[in-house]
Formats: sequence, C-alpha cells, structure tokens
Amino acid sequence: MNKNKNLKLLAAKIRLDILEMLMHRGYGHLGGSMSVCELFAVLYGKHLNVDPKNPGKEDRDMVVLSKGHAGPAWYSALAEMGYFPKEVLLTLNDGGTILPSHPDRNLTPGVDATTGSLGQGTSIAAGIATGQKYKGKNAYTYMIVGDGELNEGQCWEAFMYIAQNKLNNCIVIIDDNKRQLDGYTKDIMNPFDLKVKMESFGFKTLRVDGGDVDAIDEAITELKKVKDQAVCIVLDTIKGQGIKYFEDLFSNHSVKFNNDEINAASEKAVKELKAFIAKEEAK
Amino acid sequence: MIKLVKNRKEKGKELSKFFCQTVADLMDHDDKLVFLDADLASPSGSTIIEKSHPDKFINVGIAEANMVGIAAGLSIEGFKPFIHSFAPFASRRVFDQIYLSGAYAKSTINIYGSDPGFTVGPNGGTHTSFEDVALYRTIPDAVIVDVADTTQLESAIRQAASEPGIKYIRLNRKAVRNVYEPGSEFTFGKGVVVKEGKDVLVITAGQILSDALDAAEELEAKGVSVEVVDIYTTKPLDVELILSRVKGKKALVTFENHSIIGGLGSAVAEVLAEHNVNIVFKRHGVTDRFGQVGTPDFLQAEYNLTGKDLVKTIEALL
Ligand SMILES: Cc1ncc(C[n+]2csc(CCOP(=O)(O)OP(=O)(O)O)c2C)c(N)n1
Ligand SMILES: [Mg+2]
Repeated sequence: MNKNKNLKLLAAKIRLDILEMLMHRGYGHLGGSMSVCELFAVLYGKHLNVDPKNPGKEDRDMVVLSKGHAGPAWYSALAEMGYFPKEVLLTLNDGGTILPSHPDRNLTPGVDATTGSLGQGTSIAAGIATGQKYKGKNAYTYMIVGDGELNEGQCWEAFMYIAQNKLNNCIVIIDDNKRQLDGYTKDIMNPFDLKVKMESFGFKTLRVDGGDVDAIDEAITELKKVKDQAVCIVLDTIKGQGIKYFEDLFSNHSVKFNNDEINAASEKAVKELKAFIAKEEAK
Repeated sequence: MIKLVKNRKEKGKELSKFFCQTVADLMDHDDKLVFLDADLASPSGSTIIEKSHPDKFINVGIAEANMVGIAAGLSIEGFKPFIHSFAPFASRRVFDQIYLSGAYAKSTINIYGSDPGFTVGPNGGTHTSFEDVALYRTIPDAVIVDVADTTQLESAIRQAASEPGIKYIRLNRKAVRNVYEPGSEFTFGKGVVVKEGKDVLVITAGQILSDALDAAEELEAKGVSVEVVDIYTTKPLDVELILSRVKGKKALVTFENHSIIGGLGSAVAEVLAEHNVNIVFKRHGVTDRFGQVGTPDFLQAEYNLTGKDLVKTIEALL
C-alpha cells in the first residue's frame, strides 16, 4: 500500500521532534508546524538535491519557508537529515541560538532564506528560482506558503511574476490548513477555491492530501515534468495535523504548554509517536 | 494632574487587553470609532472589541498595507480608525501607505504598534522594531507615543481618539511596572519631570522609564543626583522642557528602547545643537544593530537597555 514507508517514518520523527522541542520551550507555533511534517519528509527524504554535510553545495535545491513561523518543522527535518545534532533543537529561541523562531539564513545550516514577515518569502523564492535559471542550473526552489499568508498582496505579485516568466523550477506549495492566527480562513479572509484561483493565475495546479506522503511525492514528481508553465501544489492539510487533540484545539496556532490538559495530551502524543517509530523501525 | 505611584515595583494591567478595553469603552459613546486588526486579534486583545462592537471591528486578515488603506478610506468617510499590528508591521511594512494615504492626505489613523524593541521576545529579529520611531518622526505632524504604563496609555488613547491626524502608539502587550497614579493625564507634546535632580539629566520614554528611575535611585545612593524626564511624545517634542531642564546639569543622557539613530536620542541631539547647548551628552539606546531572538529580559540585557547599563553610562560620563 504505502510506497514510501520510510517517508512516513521520517514524518513521524519530524512531528515528534517538533512536539518535544515546543514542550521543552513551553510554547510555540504548533499548528502550522504540524501541518507540514509530511511535506518536509517528502522533500528531504526524497526530492531535494542537497547535502547536509555541505549545506552551501553549488546547484542545490532551495527551500523557502515563507510561512516562517513553521521554523520548528524545518529545523526538525534539518536535524533528522544531520545538518546539526538533534540536541540543538532544544535551544529553540534561546538567546544566542542558531534556531530562532523564524528562519534566518545567517544562523542555521540548511536555511537559505530569511523569513517571518509573511508574504516576503514568496518573492524571495521567485528571485532564487530566476537566479537558478540564469545560471543554467538544473535546480528547484520549493516555496512553502500559508493559506492565511495569501492574504498578503505580495504573494499574488510573486505568483504573477512566476507565471509570467514560466518559472517551472519554482514549485509553489500552499499549506491549505484552513486556519490562520485568529481562526478559520473562511471567517477572516475567505480564500475560496485555491486550486481554481491558482489555475486562473496561470499555474498548473494539483490538489493533494497533505497528510499522505505518497500523494505529495507523486504530485512533486508530476510537476517536475512540466516544462513551460508555473506549477503549484495545494496541500490539503489540517492545522495541528497528526495529533487529534491539537487538530481539535481551536487556538492551535501558538500553543502554551501551561495546563494539565495540554500537557497530558502532549505526553500521550509523544508516547504514541514513539511507539509508531519503534514499530516502523523494527520492520 | 500627574501623580506618581508609591510602589514602583507593582505592575499594572496587561497593556494589550487594557488598550482594547479602553477603546471599547470609548466606542460605547463614539460611533465614529472603528478598530481594525490584521489577523492578530487574539495577541492584541482586540477580540474584546470584536465581541463588544462586532459592527465596528474589522479583521482584514494578514494584510497590513491593505488595513492602512482601508483605515484611510474610513477616515475620509468621517470615521476614526484604530489599527493594530506588531510594531515593525505597523511601521516599516506599511510606511508608504501611512505616509501617503494617511498623513499626506490628512487622514486620521491611530496606530497601535505592539511589542517594540526588546519587548518582542521570542518572535525575534524579523519582528523587531528598533527604527519605528525614526520612521514616524519623518512624517509631518505625526504624533509618536512611547507608552510608559497603563495610566499613560489610557490618557494617550483618549487624546488620540479625540483628535485628527496620525498617531503612533508603541507599547508592550504585557503588563509593565506602574509609574503614574490612575487618573493622571498627559498631553501630546508635553514631557513630565518624573524625578528632579541636580547633576545629570536623563530623558527617556516608554516602559524603560521605570528602569531609568531604578538607575536614578542607584546613583542617588552613590551621591549622584539624577533628574529623569519622561518625554512622553518623541514627536511633537517638548523642546521647551528639554532646554529648561538641561540648564545647570553636568551631563545629559537619552535612554531609549530604539536605535540611537533617528529616535529620541537624535531628536534631543538636534535640539541641543540648534540651541547651542554645550553639555556632555550621550545617546544610550540600540547601537546600529538588528534584532534577534530571546526572552525580553535577555534582549534588554543584550542591547544594554537595563537600569544597570544606564548607571554605567552615566558613571562613565562623570
Ligand atoms: C507580515 C506579518 N504579519 C503578521 C504576522 C503574524 N503572524 C504570524 S503567523 C500568522 C498566521 C499565519 O497563518 P497561515 O499563513 O495560514 O499559517 P499556518 O496556518 O500554516 O500557521 C500571523 C498573522 C507575520 N508573521 N507577518
Ligand atoms: Mg493556515
């Protein structure tokens, strides 16, 4: 059934790392980090041409996490790939850390774009993809943008540019987790049908289950074949994905681990993730 | 009337909620007030207004530039908008919209910029504003309030709500130490001598007023008499007060939770230079650096913005 068993395992490890990192810190951007675990597993486990031993490798593929507050998910993926020791994850947000809440290209090995002010990463990704083309590199840029983030007009300026210039090497991935900070996107700034929207902007667009590593893998594989058109994946995800308690929690954007209920739910999730990982690794 | 609290160790109310509750109360009697937020209603406290005045609350989503433009349009229709975002997004990110659609067009917009300077804490470098005051200072007729405590915030909101123009109010979202007794009233353009002294004049604004008072106490014990002025609005600047209080002092130090370039320190330096005031002078603030991540306490120490740091600066000058 599951073609990419190892990717599912990697996603679980990323999820566990995020949870333990945020529990250790006592707070953090949980919802939007959880919804991209599977995506990061597929990118780092299968598609990215990168070298953790040589983060600055020429011709590498680039990731731009425009929804920078999901930094903890990216850091977990980078740690799992060996960019830095896993213990470093526990220094998230400490004074002097290499892992600030929002990604910083001057601090973290494997991070190529500084983001956190929403919207700005979309244009940066477009610029990197243009540079890759200029250099004749056969390299890809993966832009990860939030559905709430799409409220920023700058995203649409970037999309128009990418479509106009047929930057097929800039793979736009929208984390459609249906929620932003204050609540559901449909109640705050309705995105309507994002697939239709992106298509009307000129993108070849696929909508896939963002919790399914196989589906994500297939979509990326298919879009990499597109030659003369901009491409986009609308990832159908759940904010807080993979942990029922947090999926159901209304205010799951930034979570404080400051009450018994949350702490018990988190401990339980840690146990379950650990059990799943042990079982998969024993196979 | 301005009165000081007896216990400066005590903190006031959570400023975010207090801000929005104060606006909500004003809304009960003023149907021209509107509050706009940009997907930060839970952090800013404006869910209070969303509940109490749903028809006058607008969540524009994560679209700060759009929010400023909408506020400018509401102003043309005679409304008096308050808007909120984190300080860097309520200044840097929307500067041209504030400048043109707002100030140049003579519209009214009241801006609540939260967590300025070191108070940003774990949101880190991308969310840090050490230059928001500098930006707003270049806007003709803008008012800039750096909020010292709960009481001062209430006064600032009341005046902002009752006057036209661009008013930028920067404040920590959390509770800060009290300086002023409830009921104290402040006026834009009028500074306050919080503590008199003979030797050194410290001019400051914002929540670090409390740290400046700590420093003054510490120095007093060492025999150095320090006067502390809360300038309240960096713009309009109380030039008269600065010129009168600097007389007879041995040194003047400005103390700000902001870059020393373009903020309070620069503003005071300009006054001194243009009025031929010759005095030992130091701008104590953020020295041409970017922000970074850490707890507010870590950042306050990292950027040398504690009372102890101010003591060191003053001792080095004398
Ligand atoms: C320019 C800007 N405005 C506001 C914020 C504060 N902020 C951080 S995350 C967020 C909500 C993001 O929602 P979405 O893009 O849907 O991300 P996700 O659901 O994946 O967490 C907001 C408003 C910011 N980081 N940048
Ligand atoms: Mg979202």
